[in-house]
Amino acid sequence: MNFDAVATRPEADAQGVPAVPPKMACRNLDFFYGKFQGLKNINLDIAERRVTAFIGPSGCGKSTLLRTFNRMYSLYPGHRAVGEILLDGENILAPGVDINALRAKVGMVFQKPTPFPMSIYDNIAFGVRLYESLSPRDMDERVEWALTKAAMWSEAKDKLKQSGMALSGGQQQRLCIARAVSVRPEVLLLDEPTSALDPISTAKIEELITELKEDYTIVIVTHNMQQAARVSDFTAYMYLGELIEFGATDDLFLKPKRKDTEDYITGRFG
Amino acid sequence: MNEHTHKQFDAEMEAIRSGVLAMGGLVETQLGRAIAVLGDEEDEGAIDQVGAVEQQINQMQVTIDQQCSQIIAKRQPTAIDLRMILTITKIVNDLERIGDEVKKVAYKAAQTRGSDRLTQVRHHDVARTAGRAQEMLQMALDVFARLDAVAAAEVIDRDEEIDAAFLAILRQLISYMMEDPRTITSALEIVFIAKSIERIGDHAKNIAEAVVQVVKGKDVRHASAERIRAEVAEE
Repeated sequence: MNFDAVATRPEADAQGVPAVPPKMACRNLDFFYGKFQGLKNINLDIAERRVTAFIGPSGCGKSTLLRTFNRMYSLYPGHRAVGEILLDGENILAPGVDINALRAKVGMVFQKPTPFPMSIYDNIAFGVRLYESLSPRDMDERVEWALTKAAMWSEAKDKLKQSGMALSGGQQQRLCIARAVSVRPEVLLLDEPTSALDPISTAKIEELITELKEDYTIVIVTHNMQQAARVSDFTAYMYLGELIEFGATDDLFLKPKRKDTEDYITGRFG
Repeated sequence: MNEHTHKQFDAEMEAIRSGVLAMGGLVETQLGRAIAVLGDEEDEGAIDQVGAVEQQINQMQVTIDQQCSQIIAKRQPTAIDLRMILTITKIVNDLERIGDEVKKVAYKAAQTRGSDRLTQVRHHDVARTAGRAQEMLQMALDVFARLDAVAAAEVIDRDEEIDAAFLAILRQLISYMMEDPRTITSALEIVFIAKSIERIGDHAKNIAEAVVQVVKGKDVRHASAERIRAEVAEE
């Protein structure tokens, strides 16, 4: 009999706090859209090489929280984060942080697949060229590596010169994951990565997430609670900008500590 | 408990729960009939009725199990809903087994009728223990209906009384058998009856433990009485 599945259950203490060293951590994090406070005093550890899922109803702040992790919000005026977000112990909200270097370390994939209007090859090479200058041979290798990581290589290897826009939705999304992976980030942020995809493509992406967590720390926002239950090791339930409950996914979906969480995950919400 | 956003889900869960309670009610009535047979005071045709209702109980087990599989497949229940469904499949199993034991008690009680010296044991000790098992079953079903973990712990405690009563009956019957070997055949039948009653207590205990699992999310099977009390007291 195989007991490995039991042995790999994420190590969490009695409070459900990951016992795995944190790759990222929020300390007293507040977030403001102008005058509106989108996040209220969030304290949370993101365990290294584990999948952490954020769930909650629309407008609860889960995407907002995700977007603070690579400071995606700073593209918009009036958005500001207060508190600390630590990446390997360094506060990424501190002045003087190189945002481009940060985003190379903390990659992001969005809800709608966003391939660039260029070939499959260039979709990946484009990002790599921003950070590194590789010889053509090394670049070929990198493209193959990234596509392989994203479980796309066998489908894409014969049509690398074709436009990325011509792929199916699921393939486009895996291309975007390959693009995110190509610059060798340490953390991958996935914002509703499968909400625009069919069930088979969704299953492929979920499979991919499980493979990628061997090398990367992954944070995923999803509306699909069963998806959070399937792919994540830790789950955070958020509501109205607050972190309501955080713990090992196995515990949270079987016996949540808070009644609010139980009502939400059993569909008794609102 | 708040309502589900899917009202149909609530309706399906409620249908399953009332099915379990209806099944429990039938099993309880069956046990009442078996106790009447033990005391030689059953209504006419009681034995035939026990056989027919036993079939009905078996059918209910199959139906409720199907409903549980369907709700899991269609609605992917989580948290309390998932614990409830998993628990119901266990409870239904225990109820069906109680049904089997009750049938054995009724049939064997009818067979051992009129074995003079042992009538006393049958009428008093065995029937009284069966009465306790019936109370325990009633309590277990009530605890399930109200989802009351504290009362469930009390049901679990009562199983020891029944176990002790079974041992006392066994000792008594052994002395009869040693005194007069002619009683061996009927004494053994009564041992089987008493054993079935003891098993009914075990199944009622399982039901109460399952209720603790639903309410508290804690698996208290094989746990000590102290631990169970501590778990149900915990907020």
